[in-house]
Order: sequence, then C-alpha cells, then structure tokens
Amino acid sequence: MSLVGRFRKAIGLSTLHDPLVADLQKALSSDRVLQDHEDRLLHSKDESVFEGGIAGPVCFPLTTEEVQSIMKIAQRYDRAVVPRGAGSGLAGGAIPLGAPIVVALTKMNNIIEVDVDNRIAWVEPGVINLELSEYLRPMGFHYAPDPSSQQICTIGGNVANNSGGPHCLADGVTDTHVLAIEVVLPDGEVTRFGGLDPEPEGFDLRGAFIGSEGTLGIATKIAVRLTANPEAVKTILISFPTMRAAAETVSAVIADGIVPAAMEAMDQRTIEVIENHIPAGYPKDVGAVLLVEVEGLPDGIEIDAERICEIATTHQAEDIRIAQNSWQRDALWKGRKSAFGASTYISPNYYLHDTVVPRSALADVLDQVNEIAAKNDLTIMNVFHAGDGNLHPLILFDAEEEGTLERVHAVGAEIVKISLEAGGVLSGEHGIGIEKQQFMNDLFSDEDLNHQNRLRFAFDPLCRINPGKVLPMGHSCADIQTLHKPPEGVWV
Amino acid sequence: MVGIIDKAIEDFAAEIGPVGPIAIQGGKTRWDMHGVLAPEARLLSAPTGIVTYKPEEMIVTARAGTTVADLHAHLKKDGQRTSLPDRGGTIGGAIAVGENDLNVLGKGRVRDAVLQIRYISADGEIVSSGAPVVKNVSGFNLHKLFVGSFGTLGLIAEVTLRTNPIPAESMWLTAADMDPLQIFNSLYKPAAVLWDGGSTWVHLEGHTPDVENQKTKLSKMGNFKEIEIGPDLPPFRWSLPPANLYEISQYKMGYSIASIGVGTVWAEHPQPMRSSDRGKQIIEQRLKQQFDPMNRLNPGRKVGNWS
Repeated sequence: MSLVGRFRKAIGLSTLHDPLVADLQKALSSDRVLQDHEDRLLHSKDESVFEGGIAGPVCFPLTTEEVQSIMKIAQRYDRAVVPRGAGSGLAGGAIPLGAPIVVALTKMNNIIEVDVDNRIAWVEPGVINLELSEYLRPMGFHYAPDPSSQQICTIGGNVANNSGGPHCLADGVTDTHVLAIEVVLPDGEVTRFGGLDPEPEGFDLRGAFIGSEGTLGIATKIAVRLTANPEAVKTILISFPTMRAAAETVSAVIADGIVPAAMEAMDQRTIEVIENHIPAGYPKDVGAVLLVEVEGLPDGIEIDAERICEIATTHQAEDIRIAQNSWQRDALWKGRKSAFGASTYISPNYYLHDTVVPRSALADVLDQVNEIAAKNDLTIMNVFHAGDGNLHPLILFDAEEEGTLERVHAVGAEIVKISLEAGGVLSGEHGIGIEKQQFMNDLFSDEDLNHQNRLRFAFDPLCRINPGKVLPMGHSCADIQTLHKPPEGVWV
Repeated sequence: MVGIIDKAIEDFAAEIGPVGPIAIQGGKTRWDMHGVLAPEARLLSAPTGIVTYKPEEMIVTARAGTTVADLHAHLKKDGQRTSLPDRGGTIGGAIAVGENDLNVLGKGRVRDAVLQIRYISADGEIVSSGAPVVKNVSGFNLHKLFVGSFGTLGLIAEVTLRTNPIPAESMWLTAADMDPLQIFNSLYKPAAVLWDGGSTWVHLEGHTPDVENQKTKLSKMGNFKEIEIGPDLPPFRWSLPPANLYEISQYKMGYSIASIGVGTVWAEHPQPMRSSDRGKQIIEQRLKQQFDPMNRLNPGRKVGNWS
C-alpha cells in the first residue's frame, strides 16, 4: 500500500469519504475491498494491449453470498460491476470502462467436490485451470480444456471466454466440459444454469452464459466434466519445407477421418526463436513443424499415428519424430508451450492475435498475413491451433518506437479482414472484449446483433455487468454510459 | 455477414411473415411435447436440402426440413455422421427437441454439434448466430438457446453442424446380472452402456483391434454375447444425474432402460416437470418476451416452468 494510502487508511479517510466503499467493506471485510490508486490501477489491466478506465473499489469475495451482496450494493449505488479472474485475457474483456466495482474472484479458489459417480467436479471460479487438472490426474481424470495460459488462468475466466487450448480439437472447448453453473445475476438473485443430468429442463441458459465474457452475471460455482485420462498417447513432431505443406497436411488428416487430440503448427521464425533461446530440440532450417498428438486405446492410436505419418510424407514431410516416452513427449511440447515466452527474447512487446478460418484456407491466409506484416515492417511469429483453423499471429513490436502501436493495430485489422473474407470468424478463443467490437458489424447483420442484444437484455436489463463489451457501439449495452472516462462526481 | 443466405431461406422468411400464430412441422416425432399447439397456428414446413458439405472441414450446412436420415445417408458416402439421433424426423426438429442419440458417449451431444443456426424471428426477419467454423467465440451464443427450445424463440431455417468420422468398427454386446457401473468404468469411452436392472448392453465403437480388445476384456468379466442391435427402448425419456441411476427404483417410471454414465432413462411413464429456481424462470420468461413478445411462435408450447 502506498504512503498516501496508508495515511488515508490510518485516518479512516477512504471509507468516510465514500459510502459505497464503506458498504462494500461492511459486506466483505476492509482488507478485501481495495481502494488505493495503485491497487485499482493493477486491476484495470489485463494481458492485452488495450487501455480502458480505472477500477473503482476492487472486491475479493469469498462466497456466493458476498458476490450477491456486492451486486445488491452496486444496484443501490447504480454502479457497474466488472468480474475478473486472473486477468490473463487478451481482448480487454476484464478491463474496467468508467470506474466500475471490480469483483476479483481469485480468492474463491476451492475445489469444492469431486463427484466420480457423476463424473464431475464442483469448483469455485478462481481455481487455476492447471491446478484442477493436476488435482484430478491421480484419480484417473483431467479437465480437458488447456489454454496456453493454463498455469495462471482461472476456470471462471475460462467460462467467460469459452476457452480452448491445444487439446480441444477432439474433445471440444469449455462449453463441452461445463455442465452446470451457479450464477449471481445482476439484481443479486442466485440461480443455477444447466444441470448434472444430460438434458436439463428449459432453455440452455448454461450454453448462452458460457462465452458471454462476464456480461450476463457472475459464476460462483462451476460443475466441470471429468475426462478420463487416455490409456495411451502418441506425440509426433513433423517437419515440412513450407507452412503451406504443413497446412495442407492438416486438411488431409481431417479429410481422412482422423481427429487427433491436438494438431499445432509453428512457422520457421517461431522454431528459430525457440531453438535459439529455449531449446526444445526442434529441427532447424525447416519451414514449419506440426506437433500432432493422438490419444485413446493403444492399437487405435498406432493406426492413427501411422496414417498421419503416411499423409505427412505425401505432403513433403522432411523429418518425423515420434516421442518414445513421456520425457520425450514433454520435450516436444516444451517448444510449443515456450513459444510466446521465447518471443520476448527478440522483442519487448507482442500482440497475440486470434482468428479462425476454415482449415482448407489456412495456407492462403497465412501467406497473406505474412505479406501484410512485411508491408508494414513488422515481424510475425505464427504458432497456432492448426487442427481447428485457429490462427494466432504473434505481432512483435517495440511500444517505445513512435507510431508502432498504430501499425500493429492496422495489421491486426487487416488480419481480421482477411480471415472474414476466407469465411472465418473474429475469434476462436480470446473473445471480443473491447478488442474486436468494431469488427462485429463485419461478421453480423444489424438484425443478428439486435438479437444478441436481446439475449443480453434478458439477463441484464440495466446493463450493469461488464457494460461496453462485446457488442459494438449502436447497441444498448455499448451505449449505456460514456464508458471510457469515469463518470463525473463518482468515487475513483 | 456470416456466409451467404440462399433464396430458399429468404422465401421461407417471406412465407412466415411478421404476423399471425405460426408453427413448423417436422417429422412430428415429438409433436405432443411441451404443450398442445394452438389450433389457429398456421403450419409450415421448413425448406429442405443440403447446402454445403465439406468433408475435409467436417462441417455440413443443411436446410432445417431435411430429414436426418437423408443427411446421414449423404455424409456416409464420405465416412462421416453427426450427433443427431437416428430416430426419424428432420434436422430442424432434432435441434428444436434437443434429444441426444442413444450413443451420445461416442457421437457427442447435439448441442455441441451445432455451429450455426439461421432462424426466422417473430418479426419475420432472418437472423444468424454462430458460424460455419469448428471453433468460435465471436459474440453471444444465441444458437445454443435454440437447441431444445421447441421453436418458441425463432423458427429454425438452416443449420450448420460439426460432423464426425464413422468408426471403423461397431459392436453390440449383452450380458445378464452384471454391475453396469463396473462395466462402464472398465471401458475407455464406450459409445453406450445400457442397463434395465437385469441385463446390460454395451455398444463399442472404434478401430477394429481396440473394439476386439474391449470385447475380450468384457468376456473376462462376464458372459457377454454379441448381438446385432441394442434393445428396444420404452417410449418416454427421463433426464437424471448419472449417479441417480443406482437408485432408479425410487422413480415411478415402470420398465426402464438407463444409459450408464449419461443419465438418460427410457421408461414406460413420462418424467414429471422438473423444478427450477426463480432466477432461471425470470430469465426464461424475459427471453420469451424478447424473442417472441406476441407469442406467435408455436403458441401453446412452453419450454421451462416459468409462468
């Protein structure tokens, strides 16, 4: 806490001056409602390059009842609420606009119950993704979605973004693995969406809630599906002379009726950066590599692996390495998982983009992406979920260089345009947040967006939860406030 | 905009128009569920035909009036299928009802297969949600709401579905007096394990050697014999948490066959309306008000137990 903050706290100025803070502290406790400028600044950013407003009071609830109290207090003071997990989002979804109450759910981090009979686990939203899988693995299970940020991101954040990950190709993203959610609605009502039964009664509100980027309510308990650990796994690293050959192999594998557990691609620059700074033993001087994993029963994965290698060979594969044990498997994955981190050795900043295109368009779209980057004098690393056509161009830049950020955003906009022209979409796993609002009109008609707004309105008629996100300007929850500046006269 | 809207969908929208009670007739396989259709409702059929099929993308787009049988016959030529149940009826009907296939553990759930829906709104407008790609978090997931909505929020015109490869081998086995949970837990991703309190049926799918190995494993556990097809199922469908199946005698359902690990039970008697809390009821009611304020879509039917 800053000197000024300690002084204000010592003399009780902060709570005396703001009845909102006093009420929040009364509902939670004084140490779980942060109000120092530095604390609020810290909770005003995520991992994206975007700027918003500044957090108002930052609350750390421990229970559903405390979240409920926060919602009711927000209603009383007519303040917006922004829920937040680990802040690892890349689209600005958790960035406060204006000066809302920020509800950080990281202290609600208990694995409440593992119910093997129902093949589910009830968890609180602040549970870290990787920690959940590590907890479940000795019991013979894991949690399938494995976003690249899984060491820090939370299950609540995953629900908000409908997160994916390398191993979602065969098993599906978060929506497939979350069965029920306890939610605190904007008016403070607690409800439950979905259920442990296969076809819950009523509209699929669970399905509508997942991926809604914290705009429909706050998840306080989540029932996740337990996925059985595979009996056998085979991990293959295949090198190609060009990314085009790698991309065409991806389409050919799928067309052959094989759905691997994961199929990840890395381009030449990515391989170079990894091998120069965090060596993973990838072959150098190749155009691209595919990291393919098949899992299941022992004989079946042998058949699939053999066929994948045959297909790759007919698509100019130069080198094929198959991990013979878990140590080798970990080594092959090390490169993929280190790619984003490795980029920091060659560039102080990066902007990780996210679009999806049809698999068959991968090669053409990547060529265009690289052309645009070159034209704008920017370097791009391509490391992505090739199996589901989910591109992740990593634009490298130095934010200190004047005008660079503008060029980065211009290239980002071009990547979106190319992806949409190829029949793709704005985002595969990062969400819209504030990053891609302006492109929503390029993907959806006015009527489509009008209906999305109706869905939102049914949950949050006053646009109290995470306003100003997802829907573009011109739709009510985007227009409800002048969001980029704190409202005049309110506590910040 | 997401893809191109074809003329058949525009004609369908024009036929529906913006006023008057209206309902879509599919195969009528679940016609009596969720209330009785008001007699004044104008009855239409959705357009038919497969719009695009890309085996290499594992995606198919079809108009809602296409039968599931026609769809699956078309996909089979390329060794693919969808999660939709093969129980007769149309694609739009299957989505509107939302029932999963008997082999849901192998084929996946219907709601997970729906990538995009185009529907005609209560205003007679064409609305799209989702997109024809396998991964997408662009905007709100309206299309999820349509699975199991019985046409009460919009009238489904066209659907894009994820397809799956048809496994090389498929085999049904049955045995009496086995512990179905033990069977379920001993197998890696069976397509179905069914149990009627006495007999257990197992459906295995996958690569031939894997299926043979699983069959050998089962034969060591009990007197399993191979059969052509699974059991005949009672008419009504219950949805229960999988763990509740072990106390199935507490429910008044008559003769029943339960899907172990899933929670679906086919029974002689229907499942009573399940309760839901106030918050959910309020949102369901608001959704209906938002999407169909004049209650013109499938009048007489109601999904959820709001009032």
